[in-house]
Amino acid sequence: MTIIEEAAPVPAPRDGEDAPLLEVRDLHVEFATREGVVRAVNGVNYNVHAGETLAVLGESGSGKSVTAQAIMGILDMPPARIPQGEILFRGQDMLKMSTEERRKIRGRRIAMIFQDALSSLNPVLSVGYQIGELFRVHQGLSKKEARAKSIELMDRVKIPAAAARVNDYPHQFSGGMRQRIMIAMALALEPDMIIADEPTTALDVTVQAQVMDLLAELQREYQMGLILITHDLGVVADVADKIAVMYAGRIVETAPVRELYKRPAHPYTRGLLDSIPRLDQKGQELYAIKGLPPNLLHVPTGCAFNPRCPKAQDICRTEVPVLVPVTEQDGTDLVGRGSACHFWKETIHG
Amino acid sequence: MPDMTKSDTATAEPDSVDAATPAPQPAKSEKTRSLWGDAWQDLRRNKIFLISSVLIVLLLLITFFPGWFTSGNPAYGDLSKHYLQKPQLGKVFSTEWLGYDQQGRSVYARLIYGARASIAVGFGTTFAVTIVGGLVGMIAGYFGGIVDSVLSRLVDVFFGIPFLLGTMVTLNSFPERTAWVVIGALSFFGWTQLARVMRGAVITTKQSDYVQAAKALGASTPRILFRHILPNTLAPVIVVATISLGVYIGSEATLSFLGLGLNGVSWGNDISDGGSSIRIAQWIMLYPSIMLTITVLAFIMLGEAVRNALDPKTR
Amino acid sequence: MGRYVARRLLQMIPVFFGTTLLIFLMVYALPGDPVRGLFGDKGGSPQVIAALRHQYGLDQNIFVQYFNYMKGIILHADFGTQIASGRPVTDVLGDAFPVTLRLGGFAFAIEIVLGVGLGVYAGLRAGRAADTAVLLFTLLLISVPVFVLGFILQWIFADELQWLEPNVNDASNYGQLLMPAIVLATASLAYVSRLTRTSIAENMRADYVRTAIAKGLPRRRVVTVHLMRNSMIPVVTYLGTDIGGLLGGAVITEGIFNIQGIGGTIYQSIIRREGTTLVGLVTILVLVYLVASLLVDLLYAVLDPRIRYA
Repeated sequence: MTIIEEAAPVPAPRDGEDAPLLEVRDLHVEFATREGVVRAVNGVNYNVHAGETLAVLGESGSGKSVTAQAIMGILDMPPARIPQGEILFRGQDMLKMSTEERRKIRGRRIAMIFQDALSSLNPVLSVGYQIGELFRVHQGLSKKEARAKSIELMDRVKIPAAAARVNDYPHQFSGGMRQRIMIAMALALEPDMIIADEPTTALDVTVQAQVMDLLAELQREYQMGLILITHDLGVVADVADKIAVMYAGRIVETAPVRELYKRPAHPYTRGLLDSIPRLDQKGQELYAIKGLPPNLLHVPTGCAFNPRCPKAQDICRTEVPVLVPVTEQDGTDLVGRGSACHFWKETIHG
Repeated sequence: MPDMTKSDTATAEPDSVDAATPAPQPAKSEKTRSLWGDAWQDLRRNKIFLISSVLIVLLLLITFFPGWFTSGNPAYGDLSKHYLQKPQLGKVFSTEWLGYDQQGRSVYARLIYGARASIAVGFGTTFAVTIVGGLVGMIAGYFGGIVDSVLSRLVDVFFGIPFLLGTMVTLNSFPERTAWVVIGALSFFGWTQLARVMRGAVITTKQSDYVQAAKALGASTPRILFRHILPNTLAPVIVVATISLGVYIGSEATLSFLGLGLNGVSWGNDISDGGSSIRIAQWIMLYPSIMLTITVLAFIMLGEAVRNALDPKTR
Repeated sequence: MGRYVARRLLQMIPVFFGTTLLIFLMVYALPGDPVRGLFGDKGGSPQVIAALRHQYGLDQNIFVQYFNYMKGIILHADFGTQIASGRPVTDVLGDAFPVTLRLGGFAFAIEIVLGVGLGVYAGLRAGRAADTAVLLFTLLLISVPVFVLGFILQWIFADELQWLEPNVNDASNYGQLLMPAIVLATASLAYVSRLTRTSIAENMRADYVRTAIAKGLPRRRVVTVHLMRNSMIPVVTYLGTDIGGLLGGAVITEGIFNIQGIGGTIYQSIIRREGTTLVGLVTILVLVYLVASLLVDLLYAVLDPRIRYA
């Protein structure tokens, strides 16, 4: 029997509150498939402030991309359903807006960057056209003006010889350059917020670093909120302010970035950290979390992680753990930390 | 979106399990399924597949056991049953059911016996085309280079002559047009399409990792071709072959219309003969037309259903 | 790009010779003698036949004949002489061509407008009832043989309803060409609409469409600018190659509706064993087909920038 309780709110991470730019509250997203209903997102809460970077970490199937797509409003709503939840942008619930109102926000106030730039860019239209079209549609600029702006943006994202390359096609650029073009498109209208869905997963390591640096720089410059979705802990360390770890559609841990790496409070996070190969691990077997992510049609009862958890007990198999605030051993609040584990105390403190 | 179609997730090894705890996963087995297995599951439930399969089985029965369906004789013309005698639609499956043609022959009987010609030509041509076209395509696709260039030019040469024209010219030279002759003529120009399909499929498959692996392990060329490449080219080939079967049946009828088709009882001949009397005795042309259309449709529908089932993109 | 064109042209040369040789061999090496056929059942005196054969070069070795024939084409654009009338094949072609051109062009227009229109309609509603209906309808259209369709339409519209003329008396009257054009276009129309539908349905789920939506572009723009540009590529290339199909189908359509076009001429030359006319006409057709093929490849490169720089 599973018992699910209402999630306790996690204390806000900043002093001197500026209200969050984006707030996701108790979001649920389901998909109706031939084999049944898939609960891809199961009560997710997070928020992002201007100038802040939230990294959402998780394996495939954790629901991190679906949450982002729900925020953008680009899910195909027939198979997808949002039975519950709110997505507040600047205090207004986007789920209650009309399609037209949401469309106006998309690309202009909230922009998204996708993983595979080659397939995400239209192969038969020039790069300049694709960037420029944002200006033409949202701001009514002329073709010439839009083109000039495109070149400007391409310069801004450090694409060499932008003026010469503005009429080139996506396949004529390298992977890293293409990703920069996607970033340029996202930035074009100076949005309040950018969601980057695995922006560097398809790139080489050195290029990864360059692209991430660029993102960080632009974010600082424009003071945008950034949601970085990834499964790669290495990428996150430099760029993020805070991290939310997702598993099987739920958030299992939140923490400021340094804290997470130093003292994880959830066995899954601990497992992820332990899986990172280290230089001083000579001759030892590499650690990997045993098992596989769950089939979302048949999520395990209780804590979804229990089949793979080295510390699973009976209660883990029956009660769904709620995200609770994480404290020091003496009870002092640890700002911005939460964990959805029955045994978070043991996990973080020893 | 998470991949939910294939899952090998079984319950984790029970190193900390309590015997009294009920298994969290349902007992439904999650064994891996192949493309063919998945396709078959889909097909079984596909109405179009079922309908077309039933039709084809029926046609095959009619071809091999015409006596089960009619006692009439397709070649026997009783001029007393002059063709102006309209069909007796009430007397289902009798010789009078669909009326008589200009020579007093039972339309229905000819309908039944005519199936033989269409089915023979259809299957015969498809068989020949698959063997020849498949072989050429496979060799061209696998070996590439000069071999491919030469074979592709050969395919182009045959492709350059429109199918109908080529078959017309060929058949015109043979006054005795048996099924073999017709099959030969249709195959002579039909093989090119399948060669191209096979070549394309082989080229795609050739580059897969498992073929490279087989090569690296030292597998011989015939082994690679037949054990690794061929099974993976079957999908598009089967689809094209099935659809082509329908097209060949249609082509045979068209050639009959032009007076260049099979000698003997065939739907094409009947339609062609009936065309001139269409104003006064539509049934002579109408029923073979319906039968022909349904036959062609059955094969094409089958091909489409199989294609949709095998297409990974629609999963 | 230039290299691509050059390579294609180079490839076309052996194909041109190969195809013409093939048709040549088929016409002349297979049993049947056009000269004897001229005399019908009466038969002619052996000397006259021999003289005629010599006049037309039919008594020479087949490959020598082919060589002379090719020489005639390349050097003098002489595609041979029609034995029955003594007129150059090019003249015969000149009479029949405009008729078939009008018919074919009309059919092509119908094919494009209805085919693409239906395909777009179905593709945008992929998986829903409208889509299934269109799919089944087009399957039916493909299955009905052209001549059956011709007969039936002729019977219904000309004889029963009397809305249209049964035969085409005046080949410059598009009203009379309507029914034959529809008949000719039908099979191709069905293919085009299916191809369009599939292309659109597939592209709708592409990543770049997702990006376009994420950019906040209105749906209309996503469909017309992004979706169509990509989806139409295979359709346009198919349309280009379909020209050959139209030529083939014209034979039947012209027969049913009694149109004096190339199709009819070809048919006559086959039946009457007019080898020279047949070979001449087919050679020209092959040339047309090769040129169309090349143009289609070029068009493909224009439409899809990924091909251009390969």
